[in-house]
Amino acid sequence: MISFSVNKRPVKVDVDPSTPLLWVLRENLELTGTKYGCGMAQCGACTVHINGQAVRSCVAPVSRAAGKEITTIEGLSPDLSHPLQRAWLEIDVPQCGYCQSGQIMSAAVLLNEIPNPTDDDIDQALTGNICRCGTYPRIRRAVHRAAEMMAKGGAR
Amino acid sequence: MIRYRDVLRSIFSILLCVVSCLVSANGQRNAASAAAFEAMLPVLHHPRCMNCHSAGDFPRQGDDSHPHAMNVRRGPEGRGVTSQKCSTCHQDHNLAGLHMPPGAPDWQMPPRNTPMIWAGLTDNQLCELLKEPKQNGHRNIDQIVEHMTTPKLVLWGWNPGEGRTPVPMSQADFAAKVKEWAVGGAVCPAASSSASHAATQ
Ligand code: FES
Ligand code: FES
Repeated sequence: MISFSVNKRPVKVDVDPSTPLLWVLRENLELTGTKYGCGMAQCGACTVHINGQAVRSCVAPVSRAAGKEITTIEGLSPDLSHPLQRAWLEIDVPQCGYCQSGQIMSAAVLLNEIPNPTDDDIDQALTGNICRCGTYPRIRRAVHRAAEMMAKGGAR
Repeated sequence: MIRYRDVLRSIFSILLCVVSCLVSANGQRNAASAAAFEAMLPVLHHPRCMNCHSAGDFPRQGDDSHPHAMNVRRGPEGRGVTSQKCSTCHQDHNLAGLHMPPGAPDWQMPPRNTPMIWAGLTDNQLCELLKEPKQNGHRNIDQIVEHMTTPKLVLWGWNPGEGRTPVPMSQADFAAKVKEWAVGGAVCPAASSSASHAATQ
């Protein structure tokens, strides 16, 4: 049994400790907002937070989550009120949407560490999150917009 | 009757003999230490070490030492930046399969203040850099020996996972050379004797 918390909810799972965290999130816990793209840390679609840090859940064994705090896209806010979610809606960032939960989870770590990022900060933070639809210009705008919202209203 | 001058002369020759023996023993010791360092070089120059001790503010990867994919940066602590930290993808162990992220505990490269860039240095410069506490993370020689022979991250060079060439000497032989170098006084090869290890890309 491996215990950890997902989106502030304690969970226990009875799986092989080497099972990728992504599998456990999607199959055992039915949190399907986190996507599977490549399975080898190449695309970023599976990005979640472990204790506030971005992690590619497709290559992280669930044993790495033991005793830790996991946040998935479903837990970023209870009601789409996180500045990144509001900015994403306002700018209508997604095309097909497949990469977007990973983009947002990576951007959330960026904004935690650099509340007012430059284009360069954004590029460095998100360059490992691939968007097959090429929504990069909108992603960049939306991250700046979210930073503005946070500066005005504080993070919600 | 023993003359005072003869006594002095004998003492002087004995002293001369002792000093010259000491100098020659020391010379041999120095030469052995410097030779041990030179024997370590194929490991230090190998991509498994150089890819994190390389020029630029970023790690490299592969046996051809190309810049790390995804524009990965060193970051202040040598652990990447914001949402692209080393631990975003690297675990504390290698993952099975070609092109899967390799891993070891505390995966990192040297921090920004002391980047320990080895690319482009002569053998003498590399040796002196290793010994310089202001550059080497305030390590003394014993701690340098420890860094080169103990942490799992360094020992990973002997077990780098599928598709990566391990460093070209057994771990035991390398550790013996590191210790021989240190015990002999951590002597560096002569400044003129060494070719520079080419900077990569
Ligand atoms: S699915 Fe994990 S990085 Fe692509
Ligand atoms: S929106 Fe389609 S992959 Fe990014």
